[in-house]
Amino acid sequence: MKRIVIFGATSAIAQALARGYAAEHARFFLIGRNAERVASVEADLAVRGAQAGATATADLTDMQGHAALIDQAKTELGAIDLVVVAHGTLADQTACTQDADLALREIAGNFLSHASILTHAANVLEAQGHGTIVVVGSVAGDRGRRVNYVYGSAKAGLGVFVEGLRHRLATRGVTVVLVKPGTIDTPMTAAFPKNGPLWSTPQRVAADIRAGIARGSAVVYTPWYWRWIMRLIRALPDAIFKRMSI
Amino acid sequence: MATFRADYLSWGRVHRYVHDACAPAFIDNARSAMVGMLANGESMLPYGLGRSYGDSCLNDGQALLDTRLLDRFIAFDPSTGELECEAGVSLADILALVTTRPTHEPRWFLPVTPGTKFVTVGGAIANDVHGKSHHSTGCFGTHVLSLRLLRSDGIAIDCSPEQNVDLFRATLGGLGLTGLILSARLALTRVAGYWLETEDLRYDDLDAFFRLSEESHDEWQYTVAWVDCLARGRNLGRGVFSRARHCARIPLRSGAPFAPEPRLTMPFDAPGFLLNRHTVGAFNAFRWRRFPRQSKRQLRPFDAVLYPLDAIAHWNRLYGRRGFFQYQCVIPDTIARKGVQLLLERVAESGQSSFLAVLKIFGDVPSPGLLSFPLPGVTLALDLPNRGDATLALMKALDGIVDATGGRLYPAKDGRMSGAEFRRGFPQWKEHSRYVDPAFSSSFWRRVCEPPVAENNG
Repeated sequence: MKRIVIFGATSAIAQALARGYAAEHARFFLIGRNAERVASVEADLAVRGAQAGATATADLTDMQGHAALIDQAKTELGAIDLVVVAHGTLADQTACTQDADLALREIAGNFLSHASILTHAANVLEAQGHGTIVVVGSVAGDRGRRVNYVYGSAKAGLGVFVEGLRHRLATRGVTVVLVKPGTIDTPMTAAFPKNGPLWSTPQRVAADIRAGIARGSAVVYTPWYWRWIMRLIRALPDAIFKRMSI
Repeated sequence: MATFRADYLSWGRVHRYVHDACAPAFIDNARSAMVGMLANGESMLPYGLGRSYGDSCLNDGQALLDTRLLDRFIAFDPSTGELECEAGVSLADILALVTTRPTHEPRWFLPVTPGTKFVTVGGAIANDVHGKSHHSTGCFGTHVLSLRLLRSDGIAIDCSPEQNVDLFRATLGGLGLTGLILSARLALTRVAGYWLETEDLRYDDLDAFFRLSEESHDEWQYTVAWVDCLARGRNLGRGVFSRARHCARIPLRSGAPFAPEPRLTMPFDAPGFLLNRHTVGAFNAFRWRRFPRQSKRQLRPFDAVLYPLDAIAHWNRLYGRRGFFQYQCVIPDTIARKGVQLLLERVAESGQSSFLAVLKIFGDVPSPGLLSFPLPGVTLALDLPNRGDATLALMKALDGIVDATGGRLYPAKDGRMSGAEFRRGFPQWKEHSRYVDPAFSSSFWRRVCEPPVAENNG
């Protein structure tokens, strides 16, 4: 039986991942911003087989609350086998380019808050001497593009942070996995039409994360072809790249 | 400001409409989505997995409330089989849940299921769907204990056979027009096991179909016949009669009885000429001959028996870019034999062969919804590739036969019946329109209620 803490438990990817563990009778400590939503996710996981766990309601951009949340999770679950960091925001890019405060909030919500949570969580897992940390990043962090570079820069920062954390914990029995989803059909992307061939689902992402954990992957691109797409995009010379609208 | 998009289609893929769509992930999102749509002055319609064939799940130039993400279970009692879930939970989700419960618990199953498990609970209620078990268990709505409906005024109403009964009846089979179904409580049915004992019987004519249906009524929970609709004369109505029932046995070397995801996928539109009268004709003849005269009893997983087409994702793309129609009607039992004969003669004569033609007896379990489709009698369903006017003309001719018998067409499958045809088949439509949410509408509803429903809120 796994004991799992999820930050951003009401996100589509977190829900899909949690459902798989629920069927294996995991126990959860679920954290989300909206109590009613967290309760509905908790009830769903219980029907799917989860053991009775606990929940907390928190605004994760409030950095002061993070230490208490991790402590509470440890008290509720005893020990922590898996920490999933899946919260985040996707603000309108055009608005971010015109409003520095909004841009900074976007970076705080997708990087600073994660850096804070990961620091607390890593210390608990390091002291335990075991555990896994899964962090949801994005392919948007692989190259800055005009359509989403504010969000992308936060995810890029997060990528390096997680890479270093993995390095630090490698000899301490703790594994760290960075997940880089491509375009996934979730509420975050609700405004985009989804008839293109590259769209994938949270269920697919969840399955890829499970496979990545099992393999011991450092970075999981999901679906897999995004590794190659991003490699190509990174390789484009600037002279060409700046004339493209991707 | 609404953004319109063209990627919401119905299963037949004939109607190409644009929608302002929103997929609320939680109930509070659903409320705010409704507020936004009202502010845009748009009518709205819930959309599930898009398995309705015509335009009953579409709302051209208006808004759709995509319910796919409202897919959480709420409660399940394994001792009574009572399941409560949000409206976007699919029947596949429910099957995945019940078939993986600990083996010491009773085995629960859907009391009614259509020919695909990729429909939402909300869609199953809104179309009051039926399946191969209609003669024994009736419609889906028969097994709905209660539901919660969110109206466009922001008020959520609990409806059941005891509470807000009229709104409950109007919502079962109500084509999504009475409000957004948020959640429902369902009574699952107890079964012996997840493997089915099956028989496929090749039969020679229409009389044999009626004889087999009669003979299988009490002992076989699932019955359906596939019909070779190119056969004429004394072979008219010949086909393969399939019957199945749950059994406690499982084969020695068995896999799971169920695949939650399709095994194959049709990644693109097939060229339009693929399904022409020659290929379809050859397929029909081959299929009929393939079954030996002597049937053999087999033990098969329920998935293969109840959902053969679910193995191929997007099988509707086989019909090419122009899509296809499904024609499904019911003929009342007093005149069923004659009615079906006339319909099949007309189809055979047209040479517009149908890839899949299905006959099924409807039992006399009363349909619970105001606009429920089934009547005691026989239902015929035909898949017809869209060949434009010729196909429309054939269906128009079939309408004439259905009219004469006092039968009616299934709105969930329809994308072209006339308003007069609908209003004749469903005289309750006027009563139903009293319960339609003033902000809800669909392409189907506008089409069949024209001229505009003045008495809508009366």
